[in-house]
Amino acid sequence: MLDTQASESTTEMTQAKISARNVQVFYGDNHAIKDVNVDIEDKTVTAFIGPSGCGKSTFLRCLNRMNDTIDIARVEGEITLDGEDIYDPKVDPVQLRAKVGMVFQKPNPFPKSIYDNIAYGPRIHGLARSRAELDEIVENSLRRGAIWDEVKDRLHAPGTGLSGGQQQRLCIARAIATEPEVLLMDEPCSALDPIATAQVEELIDELRKNFSVVIVTHSMQQAARVSQKTAFFHLGNLVEYGETGQIFTNPRDSRTESYITGRIG
Amino acid sequence: MSMGDTPRKGSLLEPDARTRRRNAAEARFHLYGLVAVCLGILALIVLLSSILSNGLSSFRQAYVTLEVSLPEDRLDKSGVRDPEVLAKVSTFGYAPLIRDAVGAEMERLGIQIEGLNEKDAGGIISNNAPARLRDHVLANSDLIGGTVTMTFLANGRIDGYFKGRVTMESAERDKNVSPEQLQLADALKEAGTLTRPFNWAFITAGDASENRAEASGLGVAILGSLYMMIVVLVLALPIGVAASIYLEEFAPKNRITDLIEVNISNLAAVPSIVFGILGLAIFINFAGLPQSAPIVGGLVLTLMTLPTIIISTRASLKAVPPSIRDAALGVGASKMQAVLHHVLPLAAPGILTGTIIGLAQALGETAPLLLIGMVAFVAEYPAAPPEGFFDPASALPVQIYNWTQRADPAFVERASGAIIVLLVFLVSMNALAIFLRRKFERRW
Ligand SMILES: Nc1ncnc2c1ncn2[C@@H]1O[C@H](COP(=O)(O)OP(=O)(O)OP(=O)(O)O)[C@@H](O)[C@H]1O
Ligand SMILES: [Mg+2]
Repeated sequence: MLDTQASESTTEMTQAKISARNVQVFYGDNHAIKDVNVDIEDKTVTAFIGPSGCGKSTFLRCLNRMNDTIDIARVEGEITLDGEDIYDPKVDPVQLRAKVGMVFQKPNPFPKSIYDNIAYGPRIHGLARSRAELDEIVENSLRRGAIWDEVKDRLHAPGTGLSGGQQQRLCIARAIATEPEVLLMDEPCSALDPIATAQVEELIDELRKNFSVVIVTHSMQQAARVSQKTAFFHLGNLVEYGETGQIFTNPRDSRTESYITGRIG
Repeated sequence: MSMGDTPRKGSLLEPDARTRRRNAAEARFHLYGLVAVCLGILALIVLLSSILSNGLSSFRQAYVTLEVSLPEDRLDKSGVRDPEVLAKVSTFGYAPLIRDAVGAEMERLGIQIEGLNEKDAGGIISNNAPARLRDHVLANSDLIGGTVTMTFLANGRIDGYFKGRVTMESAERDKNVSPEQLQLADALKEAGTLTRPFNWAFITAGDASENRAEASGLGVAILGSLYMMIVVLVLALPIGVAASIYLEEFAPKNRITDLIEVNISNLAAVPSIVFGILGLAIFINFAGLPQSAPIVGGLVLTLMTLPTIIISTRASLKAVPPSIRDAALGVGASKMQAVLHHVLPLAAPGILTGTIIGLAQALGETAPLLLIGMVAFVAEYPAAPPEGFFDPASALPVQIYNWTQRADPAFVERASGAIIVLLVFLVSMNALAIFLRRKFERRW
C-alpha cells in the first residue's frame, strides 16, 4: 500500500496517519510551537530532533492530547488521525490515547507490581477475556519490550524496584500492551545502556510493521538508524522535514546542517 | 621552598578569629535549641505528673460487701409480688435496710466504736446504694423475705480517706463525715469487708449527682464521644476526600477555586466556639434537632474537622508525582480512573493520617459542645445507634469541664482521671496515625 518510493514533495495527504496543520502551542504567553505542518505516515518511524527546549516533547504531547492535562497549555490548529480531527469536541481523549500510546521522557512505572504495570491498560480497555489471555499479553509485551528475561522470575515485584533503564523498558512494554496504532516515544533510550538501546531500536523497527512510531531523540545516530522520516525542530519551528537519509546527508536548511554537524544545540 | 610564593593563610591547627566567632555563634544556637527542648519536655513532665498524681487514684474505689436482709413486711406487705406494688416502695424505704445491714456486719465482726450512732454507721455507704438495691430487688422479686449479698460503693468521703483526701483531722471539721466513721471504715477494711478493687465503674457508669461523687463514671461521656466520632467519620471523611479530589484533580484553576481554597484554609483557623454558635443556630434552632444529642455534636465537629481533612488530603494528593497521572492517562485511563486506581491509593496513608488527627482534634474539642447543650447532666446511656445519635449524651472533654465545676473534692480526682482516659484515647489515635503512615509509606 505504502509507496516507499514517493518523494516527500509529493507525499499524498491520504497516506498520512497523522497530519498536523498550522499547529500552535502556547504555555500562557510562551509561544512554544509555531505554525507546524507535518504529515506522519503509517508504518513508518518518524524521528523528531532538535536542541533542548525547542518544543519536541510539546509537539509530541499534542498528538495524543496529553497537553490537555497542563492547565496553561493551549493548542491551536488542526491535527487529524486517519482524517478525524482529534481536537474535535466530540472526541474523547481517553479513546484517542488508547489508539495513540506514549512512552515518557522520564520512566514512570506505577508503584505496583511489574505484572500489574503491564496488565493495567489491557484491563481497563477490556482486551483480555481471561486470566490466561492477560498473562499472555503481559508476557508478549514484556518480550517485545526487551525486558522479559530480566523480570520473568519476579513479575509480582514492584515495578519501581527496577533500575532506571529497566523501568523505561517496562514503560515501553506497558505502552505496547494496549496495542496502540501510533506509539509516541519521548527519548525512550536516554536512560538505557547500549545493549538495551539496541534492543529498543530493534523493537521500534519491529513495531513499524504494524504501527506508526514517532520518536524524539537527541542521538543523531539513533535517528539515522531507526527512522525513515526526520523532523528538525528549532525554537518552536519545524525547520525541515523529510526522508532521514536526505536530512542527514543533504540538509536544505543551514540550521539543520549546523545542528547535525554539532554547531548549534 | 617552592611554596614560598603562595601567601599562607595561617595554620590549620589554629582557628582564625572569624572561624572562632562562627563556631561560638553555632555553639550558642545549639544551646538555645537545647534549652527550648528541655523547657518543652519539662512542661510536659509537670503536666503529666500532676494529672497522673491527681487522677490515677480514680481508678481504684472503695467498695463494701454487705449481706442485706429483705424483710417482706417492709417491701411487700401483701405478699403477692405485684411489680406495681413493689415499685411503690421508694429508695427511702430501702435506705434503712442498708443501715441495718451495716449494723449487722458490725455485730458479726464485733466492731464497736464509741460515739457512732446507727445512722452515721450506715452513712459510710454511698447514697447510691439504696437505689441499686431497689433496682436489684425489683428485678428479682423472689429475693424478698430472704437475704442478698451485694457490693456497694462506699461513701465518697470514706473512699477519699483511703486516697488521702480526707484525714481524721479534716473529718473533725467536716459535717459530711466524722472520725468515728473513718474508724469504722478502717475496721471494715481490716476485716476485708471493705475492699478497693479496680474501678471499672469509673469507665462504664454514667454521671452521678453532686452528693454521690463515688458513683459517677465516664460511660455516657465515652459513648457520647464515640457516637460523635462515628458521625464525624461517616460525614467528614467522604465529604472531605470528595471535595479534595475535586479541587485538586478536576476543578479548573480560576478565581472561584482560588477563593474556595482560601476559604477552606480560613475555615481551619476559625475558633471552635464559632462552630458551636453556628451549630446552635442551624442544627438546633433552625433544623430542630434535639439538644445535647451526639448527632448535633457530630455535625458541628464535622464542620470543624472538614478543613483539616481537606487540607491534609489535598497535600497528600499533591505529593503524588504528576508522572503517575501521566502514566495512567498515557495508557488510556480516564481522569477518574487515573485518580481512583493510582493517585488515591498512593495518597491514602496521608489521608488516613490526616483523618485520624482531625478526629483526635474533634475528640478533645469542648467549646462548641458547651453551646449545643452537651454540658447537661446525663446519667442515662444513649440507646444503640442510630436512635442513640438523637439521645442526650455527654462527651469526654465536656465531662471533664463539668466535673471541675463541682464542689465535692472527689470530682477533682475524677476530672483528672477523665483527663487520663481522654489522653489515652488521643495518644492511641496519634500512635495509630503514625503507625499507619510508617506502614503504608511508599516510595516512587
Ligand atoms: N508544562 C510546561 N509549562 C510551561 N512551559 C513549558 C511546559 N513544558 C514545556 N514548556 C516550555 O515549552 C518549551 C518547549 O519545551 P519542550 O519540553 O517541548 O522541549 P523539548 O524539545 O522536549 O526539550 P528537551 O529536549 O530538553 O526535552 C520550552 O521553552 C519550555 O520551557
Ligand atoms: Mg523533551
